[in-house]
Formats: sequence, C-alpha cells, structure tokens
Amino acid sequence: MADSDNSTRILVPAGALGSGVRADELESGLAVAPHAIALDAGSTDSGPAYLASGKSKYSRQAVKRDLGLLMAAREKAGIPLLVGSCGTSGCDMALDWTLEIVLELALEHGSTPRIAVLYSEQDKALLKSKAAAGAVRPLAPMGELSEDSIDGCTHIVALLGPEPYMAAVEQGADIVLGGRTTDTAVLAAVALLRGEHPGAAWHAAKIAECGGLCTVTPTSPGVVMSVDREGFAIAPLSRANRCTPQTVSAHMLYENSDPFRLVEPGGVLDVTDAQYVAIDERSVRVTGSRWAPAPYTMKLEGAGGGPFQTIMLVGIEDPAVLEDIDGFLARMSHALKRKVERTLGAQAEGADISLRPYGWNAVSGRTPPEGSTPPREIGLLFVATAATQALATEIAKICNPMFFHFPVREGKELPSYAFPFSPAEIERGQVFEFHLNHVVEVATPFELMRTRWVNVRSKEGVSADA
Amino acid sequence: MPKLNDVCRYVRSKNAGPFWVTIDLFFDGQDAYQRYSDDPAISAAAIGRLYGVETQAVRRFKVDTLNVVKISIPRSQPQGGVLERDMHSGQQFVPMLDIVLA
Repeated sequence: MADSDNSTRILVPAGALGSGVRADELESGLAVAPHAIALDAGSTDSGPAYLASGKSKYSRQAVKRDLGLLMAAREKAGIPLLVGSCGTSGCDMALDWTLEIVLELALEHGSTPRIAVLYSEQDKALLKSKAAAGAVRPLAPMGELSEDSIDGCTHIVALLGPEPYMAAVEQGADIVLGGRTTDTAVLAAVALLRGEHPGAAWHAAKIAECGGLCTVTPTSPGVVMSVDREGFAIAPLSRANRCTPQTVSAHMLYENSDPFRLVEPGGVLDVTDAQYVAIDERSVRVTGSRWAPAPYTMKLEGAGGGPFQTIMLVGIEDPAVLEDIDGFLARMSHALKRKVERTLGAQAEGADISLRPYGWNAVSGRTPPEGSTPPREIGLLFVATAATQALATEIAKICNPMFFHFPVREGKELPSYAFPFSPAEIERGQVFEFHLNHVVEVATPFELMRTRWVNVRSKEGVSADA
Repeated sequence: MPKLNDVCRYVRSKNAGPFWVTIDLFFDGQDAYQRYSDDPAISAAAIGRLYGVETQAVRRFKVDTLNVVKISIPRSQPQGGVLERDMHSGQQFVPMLDIVLA
C-alpha cells in the first residue's frame, strides 16, 4: 500500500465517531498516504430514543475529542474528512450539534476548513404527498405507510447515498458532515468518485463500516481500505493487529439480515462470489464483488415518543419466595393490578404493569423449563407504563407498599424485600418507538437533501453560504 | 443426539435494523457444518415454531466458506417499544442452544 500504487485509500479510524479514535493509529494511517478519512457517527442500533429526541448517544466530550484528532490529521495530510450520520440519528438537530463542535474546534485550533453540511431530515407534508403518489414502499415486515405513522414521528430522515458526499468533495469540501447516511455510502464515496470498481468500493465500505470489528482484535478501532479498479484490500491501522480472510468475510454476517446481498440507495451489492485471500500476515485482498445498479431509492427512518414509564427495583433472596417464584409473581401481579384499578378507576385504563424477575426469566419472558432450580436471588423490576409521567409515577406509588411487602402466602406475616434506592420509584421517561420501515423513490440522489456550505475564514469569523 | 450448542463454536444474535433479528450459527468445523447444517431441527419451519414466526417470514442462508448458517426473523415488535426486553436482540440466540439435532 505505498503511495505509488493506483488504489484509493480510505482511512476508517473507528466504527463510530465518539467511540475513541487512537492517535497512534491515525499516525500509522497517514503513512499510507490516504485520499480521505471517513467514518460513521450513527445508526439505529441503539434504539429509537436518539432519533425521536435528536440527541447524540455519545457524549459531547468524546465526540469533540475524536473530531479534534481527526481534524488535525485531515489538515496535516491535506485530505477531506467525511462523517456520516452525525449525532447518532443524523437528523438536522443532531447534525447541527456536530457542526457546532467542529466550528468550536476550528476556532480553538485556528484552522479554516471549508465545510459541507448535508441535511437529510424530511418534511412530513412532502412525504405524505410522495406516499399519496405511490412513491413510498414498505419493507418487510411493515405494511403500507399511513399518515398516522408519519404524524407519530418527531423526526424522519432519509438515508443518503454517496453522491452528495462525492459532490461536496468535488466542490472542495475539507470536511463533509452528513445527516443520516447508509453506513457504507460515506466510506465508499471517495473511492467511487475516483472511478474505482463500484462492487469493490461498496464491499470494502461494508467490511470497514465497524472499524476494527473486521480484525482479529476489534478493540483496535482503525482500518484502511484500499480500493482499485478490480478489488480492494483491507488492513488494520495498528501494527499489532491483523485482518484474516475469515475475520473479513465473517463481517458480512454482522447486523445484516442477508449475508450476500446489501441493498443500497442506487443498487445492490452482491458478494456471493467474492474471494478473500491473505496478502500478507495482516492484510486481505477481496475480488469478485458485484454491483448491480437499480432505480434510486432512499430508506426512511422515523421515530417518535409514546407513553411514559416509572420503574422500581427490589431484590429478593428469601428462599420461601424463590421456591415458587412463578406462583408468587402471578399472585403479586394480580394484586397490584387490582389495587391500581380500585384506586384510580377509569383513569387506569390503558396503563400497563409489567413485572420482570431478573435472575429468573426477565430477559426472555419465556417460562423456564419444568424442574429448573430456583435462583439464589432475583432483582424484580416493576415497570408502570401510562400516558403521562405523572400517572406512571402515581401507579408506582400506589403499588409501592404491596411490591415491597407482598406476602409469600396469604395470612402470613408481611415480609420486607430489599429496595436499593429511596425513593423507590424512578421516573424513567418516555418510551420511544420506530414507526417507519419504508423506502422512497427519488428522481435524483439530491432530490430530498440540502447541502449547506460553512466556511471558517479566520480565527474570528464563521460564515455560512446560503 | 447432540444439542446445537455442542456442534457450534459460537452462536450469536443481534438486530439487523430495528425490525429484524439475525442469528448466526458458527459450526465447529467443516465436518459439523456438513453433518448438521441441513438438520430438520434447524429448518425454517422449526425456527419459525421456536420463535413464533411464520415459516415464510424466516430467512435462512448457508455460508459454506464460513461453516455458518444464518437465520433472520422479523422481530415480534420493533426495537424499543413498551414491552422491550432485549433492545439489541443480543440474547435472542439462547433458545437455539438446546435444540436437539438428529
């Protein structure tokens, strides 16, 4: 991977911005003369809260630390830095949050990058008209898109493909901050722009998307992908780490429902016939990846807030309870629900109480096999779900004494179980839910996105082009 | 008759997006893969029964080069709802471990 070879080399310093880029890895990465640094900053993996709220999963300090190292490396090498799915969800609010950190760093470092910001949050009215025109299709297992699903979302994003990144780099962007983007598109963009093999570029991006996860030691986060006209090579940034044909090809399984085909905005990557061969002890070469162009679609993600929850946790070690835990929980659940109904009447309608015995079957909810040995202790989680936080807490408070003292058998003395906290009830907040799993047809990759240019011209000034 | 856990070196599960769970069975070597990867106890129909999913909704792939059988099923509810117990579906493989093979 010398500077003289004809490949396009993309430094992927970590699987996610904010997860901890390593300075020593960046330095060895710059030694291969990369054409760009690219990484992803988000996903839906961590749940609907981040898209529904627009808040980042990673801490601001952690993101700022990583961005500081990456912006310095970018400037030193004179290459673009591309960040996809900024702020976890990639909605406008999360993207602006990331931009603010970049501008703060630029001012602190006295650097003057030209920044392209690619917005991909969607307007509800526009989506409704797209849906009415038949341009929105459901993905399994979802049904047709309803207006209610759209209205139930606080934020809706469309996943960008590589084209807006390619255009931004072509127009001289030093830093490209993207809204929600497919994990692969942000990594593939510069290789595609330079005319490399499209199947290889997309496949390399898929392998590199989680950084070190395609290596022997995933805790070393960085990799470099080198894409050329026929295939690609992948290697870890850390000298001590290795990629093997097995670790590389196995990454096609990860968080993917189909290990051979990956649907992207403008086509499908097919790796059925890909060959993975070790080049040396730590690098793998891959050929045979295919790219089949298809009509351009963008995947939609949308999430919004639902009801609220208040929780309580109690520890139980009493063997008299644990020897018939299922019977105990059934009696307790029944008694708690009756008490809430008696106290709140019609107000309790639609509310839910869920008891989850950690240490027994809370994770699966399945009945343990007949004859299972009772646990030594359980952590019993109580979850009240209701339309408002106040009502959920009211329900928890009504249940508190019974949850704390529920007798093993009727007529027995009242036991006391082990609350770890005071007050016992904890307001957990809102339940967030995903509402969309659809694709929207577009005339061009740019139809549903906006590019904004922000120039840092001097230590004092930031100017935004329209 | 061995259990699935006896013939796999690693079994894992994870969300594949908010609406799907994917389960990877890494068989312990080529012999185990060849002998058991088509076992009726891990057919699409059997997996569907185990997870309460229709057979047609079960996606099943054989990855010969890795000695892997990959199974993807729709989540019973989208990730993160009111009754969520396993946000990332990281523990959904566990019911597979005790499957008895022929």
